[in-house]
Amino acid sequence: MDDIDRNIINTLQHGFPVCDRPYLQAATELGLTEQELLDRLQALLDDGTLSRFGPLYHAELMGGALTLAAVKVPEHRFEEVTEIINAFPEIAHNYARNHELNMWFVIATETPEQLQQTIDAIEQHTGLTVFNMPKINEYFVGLKLEA
Amino acid sequence: MPVLDAIDLAIMRATQAGLPLTPEPYQSLATQLGLTADDVMKRMQYMADLGIIRRIGAVPNHYKLGYRFNGMTVWNVPDAYIDELGQKVGALDFVSHCYHRPRHLPHWPYNLFAMVHGKTQLDVDRQIASIAAILGDHNLGSDVLYSTKILKKTGFRSGI
Repeated sequence: MDDIDRNIINTLQHGFPVCDRPYLQAATELGLTEQELLDRLQALLDDGTLSRFGPLYHAELMGGALTLAAVKVPEHRFEEVTEIINAFPEIAHNYARNHELNMWFVIATETPEQLQQTIDAIEQHTGLTVFNMPKINEYFVGLKLEA
Repeated sequence: MPVLDAIDLAIMRATQAGLPLTPEPYQSLATQLGLTADDVMKRMQYMADLGIIRRIGAVPNHYKLGYRFNGMTVWNVPDAYIDELGQKVGALDFVSHCYHRPRHLPHWPYNLFAMVHGKTQLDVDRQIASIAAILGDHNLGSDVLYSTKILKKTGFRSGI
Protein backbone atom coordinates (compact mmCIF):
# COMPACT_ATOMS: atom_id res chain seq x y z
CA MET A 1 0.00 0.00 0.00
CA ASP A 2 1.50 3.33 -1.07
CA ASP A 3 0.42 6.96 -0.62
CA ILE A 4 -1.90 6.78 -3.62
CA ASP A 5 -3.68 3.75 -2.12
CA ARG A 6 -3.92 5.53 1.22
CA ASN A 7 -5.41 8.58 -0.46
CA ILE A 8 -7.96 6.41 -2.29
CA ILE A 9 -9.02 4.65 0.91
CA ASN A 10 -9.25 7.84 2.96
CA THR A 11 -11.17 9.73 0.30
CA LEU A 12 -13.55 7.00 -0.84
CA GLN A 13 -14.59 5.98 2.68
CA HIS A 14 -16.64 9.16 2.76
CA GLY A 15 -18.66 8.64 -0.36
CA PHE A 16 -18.75 7.89 -4.03
CA PRO A 17 -20.75 9.70 -6.72
CA VAL A 18 -23.89 8.50 -8.44
CA CYS A 19 -23.35 9.55 -12.08
CA ASP A 20 -22.58 8.00 -15.48
CA ARG A 21 -18.80 7.79 -14.94
CA PRO A 22 -18.32 7.86 -11.16
CA TYR A 23 -14.84 6.29 -11.23
CA LEU A 24 -13.74 8.94 -13.72
CA GLN A 25 -15.09 11.70 -11.47
CA ALA A 26 -13.48 10.24 -8.34
CA ALA A 27 -10.22 9.56 -10.20
CA THR A 28 -10.02 13.15 -11.42
CA GLU A 29 -10.36 14.40 -7.85
CA LEU A 30 -7.62 11.98 -6.78
CA GLY A 31 -5.33 12.98 -9.66
CA LEU A 32 -5.55 9.55 -11.29
CA THR A 33 -6.91 8.16 -14.53
CA GLU A 34 -10.13 6.19 -14.45
CA GLN A 35 -8.30 2.96 -15.31
CA GLU A 36 -5.68 3.52 -12.60
CA LEU A 37 -8.41 3.93 -9.99
CA LEU A 38 -10.26 0.82 -11.18
CA ASP A 39 -7.03 -1.22 -11.14
CA ARG A 40 -6.05 -0.04 -7.69
CA LEU A 41 -9.51 -0.70 -6.23
CA GLN A 42 -9.41 -4.21 -7.68
CA ALA A 43 -5.96 -4.80 -6.16
CA LEU A 44 -7.07 -3.46 -2.75
CA LEU A 45 -10.08 -5.79 -2.84
CA ASP A 46 -7.95 -8.74 -4.00
CA ASP A 47 -5.43 -8.38 -1.16
CA GLY A 48 -8.16 -7.80 1.42
CA THR A 49 -7.24 -4.21 2.31
CA LEU A 50 -10.81 -3.33 1.34
CA SER A 51 -13.43 -5.81 2.42
CA ARG A 52 -15.93 -4.23 0.10
CA PHE A 53 -16.55 -1.38 -2.33
CA GLY A 54 -20.11 -0.24 -2.88
CA PRO A 55 -23.31 0.73 -1.10
CA LEU A 56 -23.72 0.02 2.61
CA TYR A 57 -27.37 -0.62 3.40
CA HIS A 58 -29.32 0.25 6.52
CA ALA A 59 -30.93 -3.09 7.38
CA GLU A 60 -33.81 -1.83 9.51
CA LEU A 61 -34.85 0.77 6.94
CA MET A 62 -34.91 -1.97 4.32
CA GLY A 63 -37.57 -3.66 6.41
CA GLY A 64 -35.18 -6.13 8.00
CA ALA A 65 -34.36 -6.50 11.66
CA LEU A 66 -31.04 -6.68 13.47
CA THR A 67 -29.93 -7.18 17.01
CA LEU A 68 -26.79 -7.72 19.01
CA ALA A 69 -26.93 -10.55 21.53
CA ALA A 70 -24.56 -12.20 23.97
CA VAL A 71 -24.31 -15.48 25.87
CA LYS A 72 -22.21 -16.69 28.76
CA VAL A 73 -20.70 -19.96 27.55
CA PRO A 74 -18.96 -22.33 29.95
CA GLU A 75 -15.39 -22.76 28.68
CA HIS A 76 -15.76 -26.54 28.18
CA ARG A 77 -18.83 -26.02 25.97
CA PHE A 78 -17.39 -23.20 23.86
CA GLU A 79 -16.81 -25.19 20.67
CA GLU A 80 -20.13 -27.01 20.86
CA VAL A 81 -22.09 -23.78 21.44
CA THR A 82 -20.18 -22.01 18.64
CA GLU A 83 -21.28 -24.77 16.26
CA ILE A 84 -24.90 -24.60 17.36
CA ILE A 85 -25.13 -20.82 17.09
CA ASN A 86 -23.17 -20.50 13.85
CA ALA A 87 -25.45 -23.07 12.22
CA PHE A 88 -28.32 -20.57 12.33
CA PRO A 89 -28.37 -18.76 8.98
CA GLU A 90 -29.71 -15.69 10.82
CA ILE A 91 -26.33 -15.24 12.56
CA ALA A 92 -24.42 -12.66 10.53
CA HIS A 93 -21.34 -12.25 12.72
CA ASN A 94 -20.16 -14.00 15.85
CA TYR A 95 -17.20 -12.97 18.00
CA ALA A 96 -15.49 -14.40 21.06
CA ARG A 97 -14.87 -11.58 23.54
CA ASN A 98 -12.87 -11.34 26.75
CA HIS A 99 -15.73 -11.00 29.22
CA GLU A 100 -17.97 -13.20 31.32
CA LEU A 101 -20.42 -12.73 28.44
CA ASN A 102 -17.91 -14.33 26.12
CA MET A 103 -19.82 -14.81 22.87
CA TRP A 104 -21.39 -11.88 20.99
CA PHE A 105 -23.32 -12.22 17.76
CA VAL A 106 -25.42 -10.18 15.37
CA ILE A 107 -28.76 -11.67 14.32
CA ALA A 108 -30.24 -10.44 11.05
CA THR A 109 -33.75 -11.43 9.95
CA GLU A 110 -36.39 -10.20 7.54
CA THR A 111 -38.87 -9.30 10.29
CA PRO A 112 -38.64 -8.30 13.97
CA GLU A 113 -40.74 -11.36 14.93
CA GLN A 114 -38.11 -13.67 13.46
CA LEU A 115 -35.49 -12.14 15.75
CA GLN A 116 -37.33 -13.34 18.82
CA GLN A 117 -37.96 -16.74 17.24
CA THR A 118 -34.24 -17.10 16.55
CA ILE A 119 -33.36 -16.08 20.12
CA ASP A 120 -35.87 -18.57 21.51
CA ALA A 121 -34.46 -21.32 19.30
CA ILE A 122 -30.88 -20.55 20.35
CA GLU A 123 -31.89 -20.70 24.02
CA GLN A 124 -33.64 -24.01 23.42
CA HIS A 125 -30.73 -25.58 21.53
CA THR A 126 -27.99 -24.36 23.89
CA GLY A 127 -29.78 -24.22 27.23
CA LEU A 128 -28.16 -20.80 27.73
CA THR A 129 -29.76 -17.41 28.39
CA VAL A 130 -29.45 -15.05 25.44
CA PHE A 131 -28.96 -11.44 26.45
CA ASN A 132 -30.71 -9.47 23.73
CA MET A 133 -29.35 -5.95 23.24
CA PRO A 134 -31.23 -4.35 20.35
CA LYS A 135 -30.31 -0.76 19.74
CA ILE A 136 -32.60 1.75 21.43
CA ASN A 137 -30.96 4.71 19.77
CA GLU A 138 -28.19 5.15 17.23
CA TYR A 139 -25.83 8.11 17.72
CA PHE A 140 -23.30 7.39 15.04
CA VAL A 141 -22.47 4.75 12.46
CA GLY A 142 -19.61 5.22 10.10
CA LEU A 143 -16.09 4.22 9.37
CA LYS A 144 -13.34 6.76 9.32
CA LEU A 145 -10.14 4.83 9.63
CA GLU A 146 -7.12 6.76 8.45
CA ALA A 147 -5.11 4.45 6.17
CA MET B 1 -41.01 3.61 7.02
CA PRO B 2 -40.13 4.01 3.36
CA VAL B 3 -41.37 1.27 1.13
CA LEU B 4 -39.08 -0.41 -1.36
CA ASP B 5 -40.45 -2.12 -4.40
CA ALA B 6 -39.21 -5.26 -6.12
CA ILE B 7 -36.87 -3.27 -8.39
CA ASP B 8 -35.22 -1.52 -5.41
CA LEU B 9 -34.72 -4.90 -3.79
CA ALA B 10 -33.24 -6.31 -6.99
CA ILE B 11 -30.75 -3.41 -7.08
CA MET B 12 -29.95 -4.05 -3.44
CA ARG B 13 -29.29 -7.73 -4.05
CA ALA B 14 -27.20 -7.00 -7.12
CA THR B 15 -24.97 -4.63 -5.12
CA GLN B 16 -24.68 -6.60 -1.85
CA ALA B 17 -21.30 -7.89 -2.97
CA GLY B 18 -20.26 -4.45 -4.20
CA LEU B 19 -20.49 -2.00 -7.05
CA PRO B 20 -19.19 -3.31 -10.41
CA LEU B 21 -15.62 -2.17 -11.13
CA THR B 22 -16.45 -1.03 -14.64
CA PRO B 23 -16.24 2.50 -16.07
CA GLU B 24 -20.05 2.75 -16.06
CA PRO B 25 -21.06 0.67 -13.01
CA TYR B 26 -24.66 1.86 -12.92
CA GLN B 27 -25.02 0.98 -16.60
CA SER B 28 -23.54 -2.46 -15.84
CA LEU B 29 -26.14 -2.99 -13.12
CA ALA B 30 -28.89 -1.73 -15.42
CA THR B 31 -27.90 -4.18 -18.14
CA GLN B 32 -27.83 -7.03 -15.63
CA LEU B 33 -31.29 -6.10 -14.27
CA GLY B 34 -33.00 -5.07 -17.52
CA LEU B 35 -33.29 -1.41 -16.48
CA THR B 36 -31.85 1.87 -17.71
CA ALA B 37 -28.80 3.43 -16.06
CA ASP B 38 -30.90 6.50 -15.24
CA ASP B 39 -33.41 4.32 -13.42
CA VAL B 40 -30.68 2.60 -11.38
CA MET B 41 -29.05 5.93 -10.47
CA LYS B 42 -32.36 7.57 -9.52
CA ARG B 43 -33.33 4.66 -7.31
CA MET B 44 -29.93 4.45 -5.64
CA GLN B 45 -29.88 8.20 -5.06
CA TYR B 46 -33.39 7.94 -3.61
CA MET B 47 -32.32 5.14 -1.26
CA ALA B 48 -29.28 7.20 -0.25
CA ASP B 49 -31.46 10.29 0.39
CA LEU B 50 -33.71 8.21 2.65
CA GLY B 51 -30.74 6.73 4.49
CA ILE B 52 -31.51 3.20 3.28
CA ILE B 53 -28.10 3.37 1.64
CA ARG B 54 -25.93 4.76 4.43
CA ARG B 55 -23.18 5.60 1.97
CA ILE B 56 -21.50 4.30 -1.14
CA GLY B 57 -17.80 3.81 -0.88
CA ALA B 58 -14.81 1.88 0.38
CA VAL B 59 -15.08 -0.39 3.40
CA PRO B 60 -11.57 -1.07 4.68
CA ASN B 61 -10.50 -4.11 6.66
CA HIS B 62 -9.42 -2.72 10.06
CA TYR B 63 -6.71 -5.29 10.56
CA LYS B 64 -5.14 -4.71 7.13
CA LEU B 65 -4.84 -0.99 7.88
CA GLY B 66 -3.00 -1.82 11.08
CA TYR B 67 -5.93 -1.28 13.42
CA ARG B 68 -5.40 -4.40 15.47
CA PHE B 69 -6.96 -3.07 18.68
CA ASN B 70 -10.71 -2.92 18.16
CA GLY B 71 -12.51 -2.47 21.42
CA MET B 72 -16.18 -2.46 22.26
CA THR B 73 -16.29 0.11 25.06
CA VAL B 74 -19.40 -0.07 27.21
CA TRP B 75 -20.56 2.50 29.76
CA ASN B 76 -23.22 2.86 32.39
CA VAL B 77 -24.67 6.35 32.18
CA PRO B 78 -27.94 7.70 33.59
CA ASP B 79 -30.79 7.28 31.08
CA ALA B 80 -31.70 10.95 31.50
CA TYR B 81 -28.36 12.00 29.95
CA ILE B 82 -27.68 9.21 27.52
CA ASP B 83 -28.90 10.93 24.34
CA GLU B 84 -26.86 14.06 25.00
CA LEU B 85 -23.76 12.05 25.95
CA GLY B 86 -24.22 9.52 23.14
CA GLN B 87 -24.21 12.29 20.54
CA LYS B 88 -20.95 13.67 21.95
CA VAL B 89 -19.24 10.29 22.11
CA GLY B 90 -20.48 9.38 18.62
CA ALA B 91 -18.96 12.58 17.26
CA LEU B 92 -15.42 11.56 18.31
CA ASP B 93 -13.38 10.77 15.21
CA PHE B 94 -12.15 7.41 16.51
CA VAL B 95 -15.63 6.06 17.32
CA SER B 96 -17.06 4.03 14.42
CA HIS B 97 -20.37 2.98 16.00
CA CYS B 98 -22.20 4.41 19.00
CA TYR B 99 -25.50 3.09 20.34
CA HIS B 100 -27.86 3.12 23.29
CA ARG B 101 -28.66 -0.51 24.18
CA PRO B 102 -30.61 -2.03 27.09
CA ARG B 103 -29.04 -3.04 30.39
CA HIS B 104 -29.60 -6.56 31.75
CA LEU B 105 -29.32 -6.14 35.50
CA PRO B 106 -27.61 -7.52 37.45
CA HIS B 107 -25.47 -9.20 34.75
CA TRP B 108 -24.98 -6.27 32.43
CA PRO B 109 -25.18 -2.69 33.76
CA TYR B 110 -23.98 -0.92 30.59
CA ASN B 111 -26.27 1.06 28.28
CA LEU B 112 -23.90 3.07 26.06
CA PHE B 113 -21.79 1.22 23.48
CA ALA B 114 -18.95 2.82 21.48
CA MET B 115 -16.62 0.90 19.15
CA VAL B 116 -13.08 2.29 19.09
CA HIS B 117 -10.13 1.40 16.88
CA GLY B 118 -6.43 1.87 17.44
CA LYS B 119 -3.11 0.67 16.10
CA THR B 120 -1.69 0.20 19.61
CA GLN B 121 -3.05 -0.55 23.04
CA LEU B 122 -1.89 2.93 24.06
CA ASP B 123 -4.04 4.51 21.32
CA VAL B 124 -7.10 2.70 22.62
CA ASP B 125 -6.31 3.56 26.24
CA ARG B 126 -6.16 7.24 25.27
CA GLN B 127 -9.44 6.96 23.35
CA ILE B 128 -11.12 5.40 26.37
CA ALA B 129 -9.78 8.21 28.56
CA SER B 130 -11.25 10.78 26.12
CA ILE B 131 -14.66 9.15 26.33
CA ALA B 132 -14.44 9.00 30.13
CA ALA B 133 -13.60 12.73 30.16
CA ILE B 134 -16.73 13.52 28.14
CA LEU B 135 -18.93 11.43 30.41
CA GLY B 136 -17.42 12.94 33.57
CA ASP B 137 -19.54 12.38 36.66
CA HIS B 138 -22.18 10.61 34.57
CA ASN B 139 -19.82 7.66 34.10
CA LEU B 140 -21.15 5.15 36.62
CA GLY B 141 -18.96 2.30 35.40
CA SER B 142 -17.37 0.97 32.24
CA ASP B 143 -15.65 -1.95 30.61
CA VAL B 144 -13.96 -2.69 27.31
CA LEU B 145 -14.39 -5.94 25.42
CA TYR B 146 -11.89 -6.98 22.78
CA SER B 147 -12.71 -9.62 20.23
CA THR B 148 -10.42 -12.55 20.78
CA LYS B 149 -11.62 -14.57 17.79
CA ILE B 150 -13.95 -14.18 14.82
CA LEU B 151 -16.25 -17.21 15.08
CA LYS B 152 -18.41 -16.36 12.07
CA LYS B 153 -18.44 -13.60 9.51
CA THR B 154 -20.83 -13.75 6.59
CA GLY B 155 -20.98 -11.50 3.59
CA PHE B 156 -23.79 -9.64 5.30
CA ARG B 157 -22.75 -6.00 5.60
CA SER B 158 -24.68 -3.37 7.35
CA GLY B 159 -24.10 -0.65 9.79
CA ILE B 160 -24.72 -2.41 13.05
